Amino acid sequence: MNRRSRAGAALLSLAVVAGLAACSTAEEEPGAAVTLDYWLWDDNQKASYQQCADAFHTANPNITIKISQAAWTDYWQNLTTQIAAGDAPDVWTNQGSYYPQFVSSGQILDIQPFVDADKVDLSQYQGGLADLFTKDGQRFGLPKDWDTMALVYNTEHLKAQGIDAAGLANLTWNPTDGGTFEQAIAKATVDEKGRNGLDPAFDKTKVKVFGFLPEWADGSQGQNGWGNLAASNGFTYLDKNPWGTQYKYDDPKLAQTIDWFKSLSAKGYAPALDKASTLSRDSLLNAGKGAITFAGSWMINSYLGEGAKLKFAFAPLPAGPQGRKTAINGLSDAIWSGTKHKDESWQWVKFLGSADCQNIVGGNGVVFPAIKSASEKALAAHTGKGRDVKVFVDEAAAPGGTFFVPITENGNEVSQIVQDAIQSAILGQTDSASALKKANDQVNALFK
Amino acid sequence: MSATKPRDDRRAAWWFLAPVLVGFAVFYGYPAARGVWYSVTDYNMLTTASYVGTENYAKLFADAKFWNSMLVTAWYVVLNIGSQTLLALGVASLMHRLTRSVVLRATLLLPWLVPNVTIGLLWMWLLDTNLGFVNQLLHTFGLGPVGFFTDETWAMPTVAGINTWAYTGYTALLLYAGMLQIPQYLYEGAAIDGAGEWRMFRGITLPLLRPVLALVLVVSMIGSFQIFDTIAVTTKGGPVSATQVIYYFIYQQAFKYFHMGYAAAAAICLALILGVLTAIQMRMLRASRSDLA
Repeated sequence: MNRRSRAGAALLSLAVVAGLAACSTAEEEPGAAVTLDYWLWDDNQKASYQQCADAFHTANPNITIKISQAAWTDYWQNLTTQIAAGDAPDVWTNQGSYYPQFVSSGQILDIQPFVDADKVDLSQYQGGLADLFTKDGQRFGLPKDWDTMALVYNTEHLKAQGIDAAGLANLTWNPTDGGTFEQAIAKATVDEKGRNGLDPAFDKTKVKVFGFLPEWADGSQGQNGWGNLAASNGFTYLDKNPWGTQYKYDDPKLAQTIDWFKSLSAKGYAPALDKASTLSRDSLLNAGKGAITFAGSWMINSYLGEGAKLKFAFAPLPAGPQGRKTAINGLSDAIWSGTKHKDESWQWVKFLGSADCQNIVGGNGVVFPAIKSASEKALAAHTGKGRDVKVFVDEAAAPGGTFFVPITENGNEVSQIVQDAIQSAILGQTDSASALKKANDQVNALFK
Repeated sequence: MSATKPRDDRRAAWWFLAPVLVGFAVFYGYPAARGVWYSVTDYNMLTTASYVGTENYAKLFADAKFWNSMLVTAWYVVLNIGSQTLLALGVASLMHRLTRSVVLRATLLLPWLVPNVTIGLLWMWLLDTNLGFVNQLLHTFGLGPVGFFTDETWAMPTVAGINTWAYTGYTALLLYAGMLQIPQYLYEGAAIDGAGEWRMFRGITLPLLRPVLALVLVVSMIGSFQIFDTIAVTTKGGPVSATQVIYYFIYQQAFKYFHMGYAAAAAICLALILGVLTAIQMRMLRASRSDLA
């Protein structure tokens, strides 16, 4: 009995070893079928990219794409661990604040030679997106999509408060009195007795619906709020973007913007940070606790989809002293420098960055693809479902109407330092100007 | 049988110890040694580690964020261990002297059985400023709203309270088991002499429970220093850094900024501090000796 089971175990382990050996030889063999690992984090997009992968496989039968998806934070930890272990995916989706560290550690393949050889038309992408992923003449990815910002509001509530939807299209803002944007916010704020924020008897200690919901966990970019208004007030983040080394968070134009946000809370138009909810702004909006906030184009399906409990609509951002400015951000696909299948990986990245794939993705109306014509498809898909999202596309196309969120080294540290500084200013621990000055010194010290 | 001398079991003993020893060496010893090595290197996982000597430690001691996180952790431990131990002692004596219902004992353990992340999410919704049940309740009494997780003064007591809620039952059960060791005749004798419950608790239960209490304190304090999941789910170290405990600091350095060397140095400091605290506690409470013997 004993001997037989031991022999069985020996056989089993032999089988395992043989299996392993079979695996590794199959991978090394040249010309044979190749499987590429491709990673992304957004579960909403997985189905669309699976369609791309299937189309790609049909065109290139010897290459199979295996897509893996992991949630945002796990994604970067897994990726870094896999790279450290020498077993990273061949191609992965990149984002501005994480990708610089992979570039500086030499983990991303320079695809400029491929782009030159295959004459990829870089002008087909939304303006400037392709340049975000270049450094010193090298190129580390092709753009896949973009997002811009808009205001989202509760339509029923605003109508009940007598705010005209057409008027929201031309809001103005300035850091001194908040312009017509602040007027709209005040009018949308309602206390428990039903008085709005402009009523002299308005009770700011008993607010039922806040006119505006700010986002204070917004890193170093303020993409979901202060960044857009600060930019429309003439603020720029750093000396050059991408790859700047000198941040300018001590700019008084930023401090003015933060002070204005603070004044909204003081007037009772927005929840104070120490009385704010830990839940996301869209759940508060859905619960009818707020009327207006900023929303990125990636939130379209949350606000206009079937999951929304109330009716929402989008309006363009208010125009500041320097005009209307929206943050624009884009993702790219990169090839791991350690991949065994460089040519096949490039074929896949080229396909991901081509109209063939981006039209598929656009047609599903999940994100706005980087190629302009594919973006039009996405817009048409949304319009077909009765969703008015033109404002995002208009803002992206407006000349001088967009700014790129910063792409630099140390992105995550910068994010924490600036976010803490802004929160401490909002909480009243220090004034905005000195908090931001101190944060700016800390941030710039990271680049020495 | 009669001819042979008693067998020497020492060789066999190693075979029985082997699984534990191997496990310890592979899963604790080796990683700990690697950790010590990383703490003197500059390592970001993507490039090879380079030796930098004591630079990480020097930087750590000058890092205000590190000291702040130590302070924040200490504040949490005081709040959590204080409330948890007092409550658990009370509950355990009630179980010991009043009722020995098994159902009740099992119920006490319920919160401990719920995964920490679930607990965090549950309380996050209950205590939310705008949508939470607790704030609605406060509102009906004309109070609040209180930003339990977003107000700097409330954030840490809130987190400590949540974990006290989760662990009191478990701690109480440990203490209760200790109380069962105390001979019943002592209580009978004291009762005959006319001692009340409070007098018996102070004169009999507490002194005889001391070794168990010491063990429970040491174990729960080490656990308390390792507070992470509740904070990772609810406050994420905020507002500003009011709840940035040491484990969260280490996590951030290691897995958000990929400063592996720096994070390892911080982890080693934490291990040293815990070691010293444990030694002091064991000493002060004379944990290895029982007054029952």
